[in-house]
Formats: sequence, structure tokens, C-alpha cells
Amino acid sequence: MIDKKTLEHIARLARLQISDEEAQAYSDQLGKALGHFEQIAKINTAGVEPLVTPTEIEAYWREDVVAQEYSAEEMTANAPERAGNLFKVPPVV
Amino acid sequence: MDLTFASISEIAEAVQSRKLSAVEAVSHFQKRIDSLDGRLNSFIAKNEHALKDAEAIDARIARGENVGVLAGVPFGIKDMFCTKGLKTTAGSKILENFIPPYDATAVARLKNAGAIVMGKLNQDEFAMGSSNETSYFGAVKNPWNLDCVPGGSSGGSAAAQAARLVAGTVGTDTGGSIRQPASFCGIVGVKPTYGRISRYGIIAFASSLDQAGPMVSTVRDAALTLEVMCGFDPHDSTTSQKNVPAWSKNLDADMKGLKVGLIKEYMRGSLHPDVQKTVDNSIETLKKLGAEIVEISVPMTEFAVPVYYLVCASEASSNLARYDGVKYGYRASFKNLSAVELEEFYGRTRGEGFGSEVKRRIMLGTYCLSSGYYDAYYNKAGQVRRLMTNQYLEAFKKCDVILSPVTTAPAFKIGERISDPLAMYLNDIFTTSTNLAGLPGMSVPFGMSQEGLPIGVQLTASHFEEQKMLNVALALENASSVKGQKPHVV
Amino acid sequence: MSYRGYEPVIGIEIHVQLSTSTKIFSSESTSFSASDNENTSPVSVGMPGSLPVLNKKAVEYSIKTGLALGCEINRKSIFARKNYFYPDLPKGYQISQYDQPLCENGRVTFKVDGVEKTVTIARAHMEEDAGKSNHHGEYTLINYNRAGIPLLEVVSGPDIRSPAEAAEYARTIRQIVRYLDVCDGNLEEGSLRCDCNVSVRKEGATQFGTKVEIKNINSFRFVEKAIEYEIERQIDALERGEKIIQETRLWDPDKNRTFSMRTKEDAQDYRYFPDPDLLPVLVSEDMIARFRRELPELPIARALRFQEEHALPEYDASVLTTEKALADYYEATAQECKNYKAASNWIMTEVLRELKAAGKEIQDATIKPVQLGKMIALIDKGEISGKIAKTVFQEMWASGKDPETIIKEKGLVQVSDPAVIEKIIDEVLSANTQSVEDYKSGKKKNLFGFFVGAVMKASKGQANPEIVNKILQEKLK
Repeated sequence: MIDKKTLEHIARLARLQISDEEAQAYSDQLGKALGHFEQIAKINTAGVEPLVTPTEIEAYWREDVVAQEYSAEEMTANAPERAGNLFKVPPVV
Repeated sequence: MDLTFASISEIAEAVQSRKLSAVEAVSHFQKRIDSLDGRLNSFIAKNEHALKDAEAIDARIARGENVGVLAGVPFGIKDMFCTKGLKTTAGSKILENFIPPYDATAVARLKNAGAIVMGKLNQDEFAMGSSNETSYFGAVKNPWNLDCVPGGSSGGSAAAQAARLVAGTVGTDTGGSIRQPASFCGIVGVKPTYGRISRYGIIAFASSLDQAGPMVSTVRDAALTLEVMCGFDPHDSTTSQKNVPAWSKNLDADMKGLKVGLIKEYMRGSLHPDVQKTVDNSIETLKKLGAEIVEISVPMTEFAVPVYYLVCASEASSNLARYDGVKYGYRASFKNLSAVELEEFYGRTRGEGFGSEVKRRIMLGTYCLSSGYYDAYYNKAGQVRRLMTNQYLEAFKKCDVILSPVTTAPAFKIGERISDPLAMYLNDIFTTSTNLAGLPGMSVPFGMSQEGLPIGVQLTASHFEEQKMLNVALALENASSVKGQKPHVV
Repeated sequence: MSYRGYEPVIGIEIHVQLSTSTKIFSSESTSFSASDNENTSPVSVGMPGSLPVLNKKAVEYSIKTGLALGCEINRKSIFARKNYFYPDLPKGYQISQYDQPLCENGRVTFKVDGVEKTVTIARAHMEEDAGKSNHHGEYTLINYNRAGIPLLEVVSGPDIRSPAEAAEYARTIRQIVRYLDVCDGNLEEGSLRCDCNVSVRKEGATQFGTKVEIKNINSFRFVEKAIEYEIERQIDALERGEKIIQETRLWDPDKNRTFSMRTKEDAQDYRYFPDPDLLPVLVSEDMIARFRRELPELPIARALRFQEEHALPEYDASVLTTEKALADYYEATAQECKNYKAASNWIMTEVLRELKAAGKEIQDATIKPVQLGKMIALIDKGEISGKIAKTVFQEMWASGKDPETIIKEKGLVQVSDPAVIEKIIDEVLSANTQSVEDYKSGKKKNLFGFFVGAVMKASKGQANPEIVNKILQEKLK
């Protein structure tokens, strides 16, 4: 079980508006899942650096050369709301 | 040539040599999709331009051009891959009407080799699931038994391929999402080494785990398709600059002297008897062919499921933050935009746009990364991941290829596991460690359950050693008793 | 300055917008004047499936800046995601660096009111800029042209103790990045942005007070004013027995005060973790050595060299090294005429005055250094007088012509032939016999100046003043 306050805090951090039923369900399910996952705490990982990219990949850095492949129209075509080629959102304080 | 059961290379050769036109190939499979997909629900969107694309291929061939090794071959593309001008949804309401202005690199490579995109295939929402039951666009049915799941998250790809609605499909695999549905649907599914195929244009689920791969009907087709998709991409910093070997040309089913490893930690659990039988048969087959069976130990695989879910949920919670109703995708409706507070704007858009499994994982991931929990969860998981990978690499000093089950049981019934997330997660016990270690892995059909559901065998190789894995798969395919069997819906 | 028994503790975070041609993680242009969302791509709009690829020039500029700030360059640094929601942040996270930044442990030294001050640089790390929000009352419009432009965030230690030090620190950073040509340092346009962290504590205390972050400061003058205001505000509050709230405040330049920005008291949890789409930034010894070699001479070292090798006074050296272009101009001029002091004087007075009047930068000066140097050489050779040179200078500025050309065209060559001058003097003296008598009798000693003036006038200013003086003195004995 994850307590209600924590769940609300996480939902806010993740910007997810959830109903009370959903909150209750998640609280149970996440609590159960985390309960299962906690078993990794007992593994000895002293001095082990976490692994992010699992394969040996050679670094690749780009040259600083302009490649303008998309128009503003293309980039804003999927906007739920726009004004000209600008994305329109509620007023931000 | 019976187009329905022709291999990819057969179709491509026929089209390139003008024995068959691309238009004929496309029309053939278009009819099959139209008449059969209603029962499977494997397609989300169809490419209205497929015939035109086919005409263009035929025209180029008529002009004497070599169009590529996939000339005129009709392909289905999982809806995680962005396709320019063609709706791409990731199986989610939040991207229901998103039309990308660009192709994923993997898709561009397929097209450059002459493949025709027939449409976008159904999947678990944002690739989160093992049964294709979390899709906003409805569940997909297993062609071998319409009451059963096809597996997930690439359920649409597996079903469409098994029912031969297309000649080839591609999927993505983060914790088993190619291999498990391939096993459930009796097809070949390959996830290459992490870094082989560009992730550019593939909707991100878990960045350090995602890899694309072919889901096709034969090992040779898989090798061919893999060669086309793989290669360094300057748009993806995590692609390898290693050369792509000519896997299909160098396929060799000679197993003499090959060491096949069995993970002893996997022997502890119990398997469905038909799965056990299939795995045992595959081991016997390889022995008879001259392979040496070696027992290896990868103790950290015991923790594969916890580590996998901690890592993928954390990365996903961040990767999915961009779905916010600002630039594209779903936006909740508001009576008066100017009166809306930002938090509510985001909260309702994302709350309404995402399904419950996605929201659950975002919550889980946000929690694991949050202050106070990062060390115990995300960081710890990363450390265990390194230990696991090191153990695998050690094990590969003793064997060439690892053989294991894909799942503990064949395809389950639709609705059977969906209400217990943890039970669903525990399904992934044999596939997730491969992604965690970045190893190449694949499923090849080898058995059948008493109820007539396919059972695949999983092969894993060390980093960049796909050839070994493909070779063993070919040997198993040649000896398989289920080769040539066709699903109900065909 | 005493603050009623309190000591201000100030740290400054400066965001340096690097002047690369393309963004840090994608290839669109960073041009300032582009139309709405013209400089975008799937990467900078955060489209599904887009991925970042690092711009090598951004790394180069960042390392060079770190070296110029005396930092250690970490051979391995990591990009981390800073997760939060805001419309100008397309991915819902900013790619930045967290616990393994590129540069650490540097220092800069500068003078405030003649007193030397050293401020440590805790770290400098790479990150991407966000887009821009245009507020329109009923709604907000978002432009992602700026999203993805490379930034280097330079974080000072809490070593600054006064508003004046803060402003001078910021000016020093600006000067350095302009010297390196990695940033144009324009506060108004936002290519250099200062956020100040201010706290106060009782003099002698060892613990730090609660710090308040101040944003929206877009000039050095405002750096001083905002910090000054905030120091007083905090002291007032403490004197009233109130606690200082840790928050972000904005500087209001119209009302000359800071005001609170955050309405919700939910501390931000950015959930930093290493970005799995990017590999660690591995920097080799060779790379660092090469960038170190390529560094230009930095302002403080250059000013010192002007003092030591050119015998320039500290003030001159400091003015001439304010901008690299100006220092280059000076050195090129001096190299031509070999007269350091003269070059310095002409530039500091005449050139800078003309530039200021025309609102121009040294790069746009109509007189080339070589031309100015030649002019000074002509003065030193005696071909023109210092006074005539002023006319020549004006002509050069207006026309861009060489000094020799102007002198020839206007017939301004100085007359130094004693015979010619003597003749003019004789003419002047014979035309003013009464004045000559008055002078010789000792009645009006100041008539000497009158005679000199008359000779100069008769010679159209071209007579060599030294020779005029010498001969006149002889004649008037």
C-alpha cells in the first residue's frame, strides 16, 4: 500500500489527474509491485557503478553545420491549437 | 507461387525479376487484410497509398533499377514506428490523430530496400503490456485461437504475420515484446543487440532497453530484414558504428562443436508441461545435430523482473512527459482556455489521454526517481543491471548461444491476467534480462501445445553475435515438427 | 559598506548562450531573427521518437570557457534529465548535467574599486535552452526557436559580498566569453542571463542564511540594484523577527523591487537521472591540450603584458583590454608605429570618442589600425604636428583614406625647414614692430604666445612649433 498523500504527490509530479477509484487501485497495485521489487535491496552492490547503456557504443558528436529540414508549418501541423505558427496554450502566469 | 505463404526473399526476387509485380503483391495482401483482419483487429491504420507505392516500385524496376532486397514486399509496421504522412498512435488515445512529418530511420531503410508499408499494426499502449489488451484500439486476437491473446506488446505484428496478412512485419522489444508474441503466434521474432537498429523515430518507451526487430515467418527472412534495418544512424547517439554482417548469406545450420548454454537458475521454476516438452525437444535436437550442451549460471536473472520494471518505468515516466497536449496529440476539452490553470491543463489531458497501465507505470517510475527513493530503487536497479550483464558476458565465455523458454506457458485467454498487473509482469521472467544486458535474442517456433497453441524457443547470444543465434535458430527451424502448420484464421 | 551588522552572501548563476551555428542536440540554425518556429525540427519540438545528438562545437566552446575560468575539465561527464512540466519545455524535461558536470573548481579575479577580489567557480555545465513564451492575456503562445540552443551554466561559489562585487563578477564573465568568442554576452537580448542567490547573516556568523533566488535581471546595473534591494529586504524582515522563505523572486525594474514568483509551496523534485539517449561525454587529454593551445590571451594577462612590456599605465591597459577587438586594434596600431603610449592615447581619446558618437563598435571603425599607426609614425617623424594630426584624423575617419593621401591632398605637410620658418618669422616681426619693442622691453612677456600664433597662422598651421619657438626666442633676445 502506498499512502494517499504520497500517491497524490506522485500524481501531481507526473501531472496525472486520477479519480479516487484509480488512486485506490494504484495504491494497491503499486504497493504490491514495489513489495515484490524490494527484494533487490538485499543484493550486495557496493562499489558497483549503475549501468545505463548496456552495450559498448562509440561516441558520435555532430559537426556544427546547419541542416534545416523542416518548415514551421510542418512542425506545427499537429498542434491541438495554434495561432499562425505558434503553439497556443492557456495563459501562463 | 502461393503468395500467401511465400517468403520475403521469394517475393522480392520475383518482383525484381518482373515475374511478379509489386502491384499484384500488394493487391493480394490487401484483399487478405480486408477479409480477415476484422476477426483479428491487428491493424490500426491502413496505408491508402500502398498501391501507388507499388506502382512506383514497378516503374523503377521497369527502368532497369535495382530496387533492393525487399522489392515490392508488403510489410506491416508496428504503430510505435513513426511513418511520414501516416497516422502513428503507439496504440494510445493521446496520439490518436498524430501524423508524423518524418519516417523512423528503420522504416526509411525498409522503404529504401523496396518494401511497401501496408499499414500500422496494433499494440499494447506505448508498448506497455504482454497481451495487446491495453491498446486504446481494442485487443488483438491470436490467429491460432481467437479467444487467446497474441502476446504483447507487438501483438498486432505477431497476429498479422501469423495470419499472413502481410509478408513481413516489424515490432519493438523492451522486455520481450517481439519474442513473446512471436512465440505465442508461431513466428520468428528477433531483437538484435542494443545499438544495432536506430531508435530514431521509434516512439520511446524505455530508452536503454528498446530495440526494433523483424517478426516474420522464417529465420532467413529474419536475417534478411535485420540486415536492412541495422546500421549506424547519425540521428541516434546510441547506435553502434560496427559493420552489419551479411547474416542471411552466412546462415549455417551446422551445429557440430557449437556450445549451447542452459541457465541453471531457469531450471528451478516450473513450466507448463507442453513448454517443458518443447524446450527438452529442442535440446535433444541440437544434441543430435552435434551441439554440446553446457550448464551456465547467471544468478542475477532471479531479479530480472524487479530490475526491469524499476528501470523501464523510470525511463518511461520521463519519456512520456512530452505528451502534454501542447505540441501534438490529444488535448482535453475546456470550456474556456483562458481560465484554465496549467496543472489542470496537463492533469486532465494526460489523465484522459493515457490508459490505466500507462498511468500505473508512469506513477511507478515517477516514484522510483523521486527524492528519497532514487537510491533504493532506480540507482540500485542500475547496479544490479551491471552485475547481471557482467555475469552474462562471463557465461558467454563458456557457450556460444543460450537456449531457454520464452514464457512459462502458451498464450493465455483474453481477460485472464489483465486485472492483476503484478501477475502480468511476472510473465516476463525469461525475456527481460536479455534487454537489461543489451543482448540479441530471438524466438523460433518449435512446438505446439495440446490445445494447438504455438510454443517458441528462445535463443540469446553475446553482444553483436547475432550470426550464432540465427544459425541455431535455422537448425531448429529445419528440424521443427511444427514447420508448415497454419493457424485457424488463414 | 556596512549592512546594519549583517553580511550579505551572494552567489551568481550565469547562463551563457553559446554562439554555435546549430543547436546543442540537433542541426537547426540558432539564428536570432527567424520567423515563428522556423528553427525547429522533431528534436527541438520534442516529437515522439526524436533523439538528441551532441554538437561537438558546443563541447569545444564549453571546455574553452571552463579552461579560461581556471576550471578542471572532467574527463567524463554525464548528461542528466531535469524533469518538470512547462509549456516552453517541449520534452517535459531539460537535458542538463547534474552530479557529473563538465567543469569544476575554477576561479576568476577582478578589481572592485581598486581592490582585488577572487570568486570561485563551483562548476560550469552544459545544458539546452528552453523555448519562449509570449503572453497574450487570454492565452500564451509558444515559440521553440530558442529550444535547444546550447547553454553553459556557470555557477559561482557563495563568495560575493556586495552588489558592486556581483556586478563586476558578471562583467568579468561577460568579458571572458566575449574574448573567447563563444558568446556575444548580450544581457538585453538574453545571450547572457544572470540569476542571483542572496542571503544575509550576522557579521561573524559561520552558517549561511536562507538564500533567495532572483531572476529577470537583464543589465549589470540591475544586478547591483536588485541585490541591494534584496539585501535590505531580508535584513528588514529579520529585524522584524520574520524568517526568510526560500523562494524565487523576480526583479521588477519599473518598481525597483523584487517580488515573489512562486504561488504554490511545492518544492520542485526534478528527479534527475542520467539521460539514456546520450553517452557519457568523454574528453581526451589531447582534446584539452589542443583547446588550451587555442585559447586567446585572456584580458587580465593581456592587460598585465601591456603594463609590463609596453609600459602602459594600469588604467590604460584596463581600458584597452575591455574588449578583445579593441586590444587587437591597439596592438596592431602600436606594431605599425612602435609608439605604445601614443597609440594608447589616440585610441582612448579620439577613436573611442568617435565610436561612441556614432554608436559603433571597434570592429566598425572607419580607420584601420595600420592607418592610425602610420599617422602616429608621421607625427613622430616630424612630418606633421600633433595639432595637424587632429585634422588628419578627422579626415581619415570621414573618408577612410590613408594619412599620406590626406596630407598630400590637403597640403598639410609640416614645414620644418628653418630657413622657411625664419622668413615667416621675419615677416611677422617686421609687421608688428611695436609689439616686438614692448616684448623686448619686458613690459608684456605674454606677447610671445601672440607671435607664435601669428607665425602659425601665417604658415597655415604647418610650421613646426618647436623650430618656431627656437628661432623666435633667438630673434627676440
